[in-house]
Amino acid sequence: MTLLNATPGKWFRVVSLGERRGLRAHLRRYGLFEGDRVRVVRAAPLKGPLLIEVNGREIALGRSVAAQIIVEAEECDSP
Amino acid sequence: MRFALIGQPNSGKSTLFNQVAGYKAETANFSGTTVTYTESRVRLLGQVIELVDLPGCYALDGVSPAERETLRYLASRPVDVVINVADATHLAQSLELTLALFPLKKPMVLALNLMDEAMRLGLRIDGEGLARELGIPVLPLVASKGRGVKEVFLKAMEVAGQKVQAVAEYATQPLTAEERHRRALELAQRFVHRGPRRVTWRDRLDNVLLHPLWGYGVLLIVLFGFFQAVYGIGRLVEPPLLAFFETITQKALDPLQEGTLLWEVGLGIMQGIAAGLAIVLPYLVPFLFGLGFLEDIGYLPRVAFLMDAFMHRIGLHGKAIVPFILGYGCNVPAVMSTRSLEEPRDRYLAAALATLVPCAARLAVVFGLVAFYLGPLIAFGLYLLNLLAIALTGRLLSLLLPEDTPGLILEMPPYRIPTLKNVLSKSWFRIREFVVEAWPMLIGGSAALASLEYFGFAEVFNNLVRPLSWLMGMPSEVGMPLLFGIFRKELSLVMLGQALGTNDFAAVLTPQQMVVYSTFVMFYVPCLATLAVLKRELGTRAMLTISGITVLLALLTALLVMGIAYGIDVLGLG
Repeated sequence: MTLLNATPGKWFRVVSLGERRGLRAHLRRYGLFEGDRVRVVRAAPLKGPLLIEVNGREIALGRSVAAQIIVEAEECDSP
Repeated sequence: MRFALIGQPNSGKSTLFNQVAGYKAETANFSGTTVTYTESRVRLLGQVIELVDLPGCYALDGVSPAERETLRYLASRPVDVVINVADATHLAQSLELTLALFPLKKPMVLALNLMDEAMRLGLRIDGEGLARELGIPVLPLVASKGRGVKEVFLKAMEVAGQKVQAVAEYATQPLTAEERHRRALELAQRFVHRGPRRVTWRDRLDNVLLHPLWGYGVLLIVLFGFFQAVYGIGRLVEPPLLAFFETITQKALDPLQEGTLLWEVGLGIMQGIAAGLAIVLPYLVPFLFGLGFLEDIGYLPRVAFLMDAFMHRIGLHGKAIVPFILGYGCNVPAVMSTRSLEEPRDRYLAAALATLVPCAARLAVVFGLVAFYLGPLIAFGLYLLNLLAIALTGRLLSLLLPEDTPGLILEMPPYRIPTLKNVLSKSWFRIREFVVEAWPMLIGGSAALASLEYFGFAEVFNNLVRPLSWLMGMPSEVGMPLLFGIFRKELSLVMLGQALGTNDFAAVLTPQQMVVYSTFVMFYVPCLATLAVLKRELGTRAMLTISGITVLLALLTALLVMGIAYGIDVLGLG
């Protein structure tokens, strides 16, 4: 599944940062890597961006960006 | 000796730089404020040190303009010590850059900034352990309050002569971005101990400020309050300053004979000076101060988050909201602020659209002509029309310049309490940009135009643009005021009175002409100061293209308004 349809508040693990090389590099610069644990904190209304938490910092991602990121559910929901 | 400050965006390099060098670099609680480097000479223990503030980098791979700039600098100048400024509240990520710096094989000091905030978050950092592990000195820092600054610099002097003593493991082979990320996370896990994290007011604030409903409510209140304050202060200061300049101008020109070339040029110069000091600065100063405050709190990224969905409809993303907000005060800082956008295409589009936003000076024309004679409702209608035109232009331009970025990626920094010193010096930094770069052009242009008028240029020009004024159903005299309007937008109203020989516009213009004139003024060619900034930020060609677009748009909207006014007339609704 993609980050876009991840349940807000639950932790997920990043499987892939998408097909586009430029985007991958861009996301890494903001500290988002494959294998990282992410959580959707909140979403802006009207198809606005998602606010995600990764390694203790918050990043806003447009929906088209979030749609590129593949995540998988964590087995247990640790804090 | 040369010290280089390197750190990730929003880690506080520029704050540290400004603590030692006086205010020279721009700071904000918004990543990517500094894209070029700033250098300064600092005296320390009797030695002169060249201190350079390099743009914020996440790594050194040369992906972004900031990273390329940093690499170019490091390759071309001898740097004795690298002071790596890290954000202690996000050590794992900050260390990624630290690891990327080791292959430079320069003596290095790691300064952990924002220590006060890290403590508040319940983070305990084992600085000694980290220093042992990395083989470089690690020091705590609170740059915004000046704590630890001296120690960092003394340490930097100490290691300046020494051999690079970094632990071999990190220095020998350059790591890939992925490896650095893993390694940095491991390091942070080993040396940062997380105490119980207290939920602070900062966490709760976002529940309101980013709320799908309250968030927009607060945004409206904040923006409304902000503009009320700016206009309130501006309106309070402008009239007495203008009156003051009028008397000064009369006194200064008294010895000259009225009507001579010297007198005209003198008048032009004085008008240029007065325009900058009495008309632009009363709005610009409170505006920039308020903006600096909002920036340092960290509110602007929240605005970007809330407005992203709307901005996508005009081909931009949330980050580009800042130039638009700024534009209502003055287009000059609006165009400057497009610097924070990463893609050249976004910068271009945002700058082009921001120049269409009616600034305070254009507000004066719309209010002085339309609101005063025809009522505030029609003025409000013009503002709506303006928004519509910007949205349409945005859509059209984004068809021509297809989006190559997938969308918004923006760090949401924690809220910070701004220090007055920082906000004040930041505002001064930006005001100086206007004073030094745009104001002289205003004065010079005003003088040049005055002398042209002396040589009977007015009639020639009016005849030259007659097709244009005829098309819009205007008297031919409007040519000169519109030309003056390029120098200062409010001059298109002041000079209109002069050109028509009366300030009672209702006697010489029909309501329809007033609305059409105001519409044209709202859109056509940004003022000279804005043109100067456009040229600097985007180059001459972009400046000319954008000006061309504005004229075309001004003509189209003016004709549209004319048609509407005509329709209302025919239907007898007016």
